[in-house]
Amino acid sequence: MKILISGKPAEAEDGITILQLMEREQVETPQYVTVAVNNAFIPMDRYACYALQEGDAVEFLYYTGGGCDGAEQ
Amino acid sequence: MALSSEQLDRYSRHIILKEVGLRGQKKLMQAKVLIIGAGGLGSPAAMYLAAAGVGTIGIADADEVDLSNLQRQILHATADVGKPKVDSARETIAALNPDVTVICHHLFVSAANVMELIEPYDFVIDGTDNFAAKFLINDACVLAGKPFSHAGIIRFHGQLMTYVPGRGPCYRCVFRQPPPKDAVPTCREAGVIGAMAGVIGCMQALEAVKYIVGVGDLLTGRLLTFDALDMEVRPISLPENPDCPVCGKHPTILQPFDEGVVECDLK
Repeated sequence: MKILISGKPAEAEDGITILQLMEREQVETPQYVTVAVNNAFIPMDRYACYALQEGDAVEFLYYTGGGCDGAEQ
Repeated sequence: MALSSEQLDRYSRHIILKEVGLRGQKKLMQAKVLIIGAGGLGSPAAMYLAAAGVGTIGIADADEVDLSNLQRQILHATADVGKPKVDSARETIAALNPDVTVICHHLFVSAANVMELIEPYDFVIDGTDNFAAKFLINDACVLAGKPFSHAGIIRFHGQLMTYVPGRGPCYRCVFRQPPPKDAVPTCREAGVIGAMAGVIGCMQALEAVKYIVGVGDLLTGRLLTFDALDMEVRPISLPENPDCPVCGKHPTILQPFDEGVVECDLK
């Protein structure tokens, strides 16, 4: 089936779960990545069971911390 | 408020813009912006806001300039190593534009001081380097009804979003809570391209200018991501999160708190 990953068309197996897609896409530290499907946040505890459907638009949102790099607070 | 002939000259490239004009320039000159973190992001943000003639710029930072900062923190020069960053920032801004009043806050932002710190300002720029501070700034700005720009950078990647009360999700809507220590890499561990700080910090300054002048579409409800390796810029639409613990329908965070600090059970 065809889905969108970060805005780019991609092929995925029917019924692939969010967690399987994250593993396939080699998403680092999946437990710390926010996922939105079709502009709705998916609770983290559903990544392993949420099956994607044809045409779904998946976004991975990453914690990005740096900016100042001073002393630890 | 009348501009001097020198000011008309200095800000002429702003004034000529139909979106800014004399009216917008005066707004900038009356505005107060707080920059938390005079580092990689805060440096370019502070310099462009100072050059733009923002009337009052607050700089909050507890650190001293380190040699390893100079690869990207352009507020500070080699001779500033060892000096408090707020002092170095004040000197750089004064040299750039004497119109600007700089207020130095030589402190670590914490739950105890954050509300008082942000109160006098019209817009807040989060240029901090750690998640505890980012969540604290988010919560304080939501609770105080204060617009702010969030940003983060690492390696060749950067992201930013803007929060304006009532106009879309906050940082905690997207990222529920700080990741455990060492769970995601920091710039110190993973590195960052210096110019990345420049790009993203300048975008934060742009958002502040747009908010103050009142033009354009802010990054409210959108997370802009920038990948410098393939030069891809993507604004990702962010959904509302009615369950957000600070800005949602039934908030449980009613006052700022320091993440990672084990609180006494007061319930």
